[in-house]
Amino acid sequence: MQIELKNAPSPPLPRCRGRGSRFGLSLLFAKRRSLASPLPRSGGGTGRGLWVAALLATLIAPAHAYKAYVSNEKGNSITVLDTEKLEATATVKVGRRPRGIALNKDGSELYICAGDDDAIQVLDTKTLKVTGKLPSGPDPELLALSPDGDVIYVSNENDNLVTLIDVKKKEMIGDIPVGVEPEGMAISPDGKLLVNTSETTNMAHLIDTKSKEIVANILVDGRPRFAEFKKDGSELWVSSEVGGTVSVIDPTKRELKQKIAFDIPAMSKEAIQPIGISFTRDGKRAFVALGPANRVAVIDAETKKVEKYLLVGQRVWHLAFTPDEKYLLTANGVSNDVSVIDVASLKVVKSIPVGAFPWGVVVAPQ
Amino acid sequence: MKSLVAAFCFVLFAAPVAAETVNVKVGVLRETHARETLSILDIPAADDTLAGALMGAADNNTTGKFTNQTFEAIDARLEDGDDVVAALDALLDKGALFIIADLSAERLLAASERAKPKGAVLFNVSATDDRLRENDCRANVIHVAPTRSMLTDGLAQYLIWKQWRRWLLIKGSHPKDEFLAQAFRNSAKKFGAKIVEERVYEDTGGGRRSDSGSVQTQRQIPVLTQNAPAYDALIAADESEVFGGYLPYRTWDPRPVAGSGGLMPTSWDPSHEQWGALQLQNRFTKTFRRLMNARDNAAWVAMRMIGEAATRTGSNDPEKLRLYLLGADFSIAAFKGVRLTLRPWNQQLRQPILLSDGRMVVSVSPQEGFLHQTSELDTLGVDQPETKCKLN
Repeated sequence: MQIELKNAPSPPLPRCRGRGSRFGLSLLFAKRRSLASPLPRSGGGTGRGLWVAALLATLIAPAHAYKAYVSNEKGNSITVLDTEKLEATATVKVGRRPRGIALNKDGSELYICAGDDDAIQVLDTKTLKVTGKLPSGPDPELLALSPDGDVIYVSNENDNLVTLIDVKKKEMIGDIPVGVEPEGMAISPDGKLLVNTSETTNMAHLIDTKSKEIVANILVDGRPRFAEFKKDGSELWVSSEVGGTVSVIDPTKRELKQKIAFDIPAMSKEAIQPIGISFTRDGKRAFVALGPANRVAVIDAETKKVEKYLLVGQRVWHLAFTPDEKYLLTANGVSNDVSVIDVASLKVVKSIPVGAFPWGVVVAPQ
Repeated sequence: MKSLVAAFCFVLFAAPVAAETVNVKVGVLRETHARETLSILDIPAADDTLAGALMGAADNNTTGKFTNQTFEAIDARLEDGDDVVAALDALLDKGALFIIADLSAERLLAASERAKPKGAVLFNVSATDDRLRENDCRANVIHVAPTRSMLTDGLAQYLIWKQWRRWLLIKGSHPKDEFLAQAFRNSAKKFGAKIVEERVYEDTGGGRRSDSGSVQTQRQIPVLTQNAPAYDALIAADESEVFGGYLPYRTWDPRPVAGSGGLMPTSWDPSHEQWGALQLQNRFTKTFRRLMNARDNAAWVAMRMIGEAATRTGSNDPEKLRLYLLGADFSIAAFKGVRLTLRPWNQQLRQPILLSDGRMVVSVSPQEGFLHQTSELDTLGVDQPETKCKLN
């Protein structure tokens, strides 16, 4: 990395705070790794007492080796990460412009929205081979899987539709007209309510999955890109990339409860563009990726107060927890890496290089 | 009596539904642009500007299905000698109180004057004249098109970033070429570039099309550009398309060309694909079977601004919508990577400037490192402390 930076043409003006800081961070960790090579990896300081504490912590709660999958929008590939070693273990060539990805229930199959191939590809996660594709309509971007795993809901940006796909039969079983440029997709934990966000219409469309009818349209701020339910289904959060806010929706009353705004000192408000949202299982904390602000906001999901901003890679898109919630992974579109956030200490502990323009990230259940 | 009660009930039942549907009529008042372009790729289509407005109306209507609002674009095309006031009156008579105006500065001011007593609001989608946002600003005109100074500042920031600080400026012989040249002089001063020499390219008349054009051009341009002091970039100020497009690859010294040829600042380019723009380009091409130019795009943005204001306010009252657009709650997503808002002091839409070589977007300004206390977009063009605009 050092060599790469030295050889890079030096631009006449300071380029980017984000990159500089991350560079500093990775140097620090390189040093720490060499110091601590006999010890298992963990966060914490450099003092001996802290190392012991860290060692103890590691013994009590050993890090599980989960597999994470990252879609590389321009790399036309999926990078597989080992969440214990925190490194890439494989890169798989897939269709063109892979963005939204989702795993089936047991993690045996990864569904990949290959936008420029107008298809959803199915990747066998054991063999890492593309085994087939599902029909999706043009330019699929994001998808949601029904809790029973039988139906995939896809947003098709080019024709203002949400398409329904039967996973087993591999066929389209319907579509629902929504607003202009449908994007974000989420399904309530009980599977009854589907939400789609439309980027140019600026609405969250709440859809009854049984009747396949829109039951409510809720106006949110500009260019809503992502939607996520709390694990208990009590709240639905929608991020507005251009509006710069997150809308909190009551899915039962079907109304907007409040909006969360962000304020980062010395950063223009235009650069703050919320995208990916992840909740902890207990629903107490939320993490929101802020795009070109190169930060992830940590939010108290009860009071809706922003607790902290964590500096990650450039243009952070989507987020995924490891199942034990030890780590949160962030896909950083411009810096071609995944930042690893240690959830307990709220520190960014590592940056893992992946393919070109990483976009989506998911972690397998085991 | 029974039927009367029934009718009364029907009215009671039907009235609120009928009252909820809001119709928004938008006139598209557009000049016919010159077909005299240097490249045949730039010859305007018959539905120039209008196509953007129509797509904006279609997008608004998709949203309108959920909000009980309908949007309609009404075309009014002006030929060279046509009276803008008469055309505007016809639109106003049809109930169009929002006017997407693709007009020259003089016609725009005449239309603004006429629209004032009717309470109509105009959206300027093509006139780049700074004076329309300064001494000649009007309260009933919202500017979607960028100004010359925004365009030249956008290009200047990139040239400074590249360390190409010495400019040779060649301007055309038309009055608007001088306006553009002056904008380049101001940008050079603002960002620390130096204009090493200025030259004029006389328009001696004649057409743009010929079967043997390149042979002569190849000999003329080296003569025009020889014996210049040392310079880094050749800047062309040629709004009438007389010579700007001829400069690249033909200069005496091997130097990059920018401005009205080579690397061109623009509010939109058919090759722009970032930040979801590809979706808009795809939709446009699918519907109109041609590429979207800057005027089409500005008309789409104007229609979306009207749609956004109508959706948020639930109204079609021009003054109510104008005030919403000027307020803190308004922003619009227009595939430029950031939210766009209005400068409240002169009603100019803040926007990034694309730098295009005609095939691709090379860069987007504001460039990194050009800072501003309010919005980095305000590093482009005349800023609030310098404004001469008094809205009325």
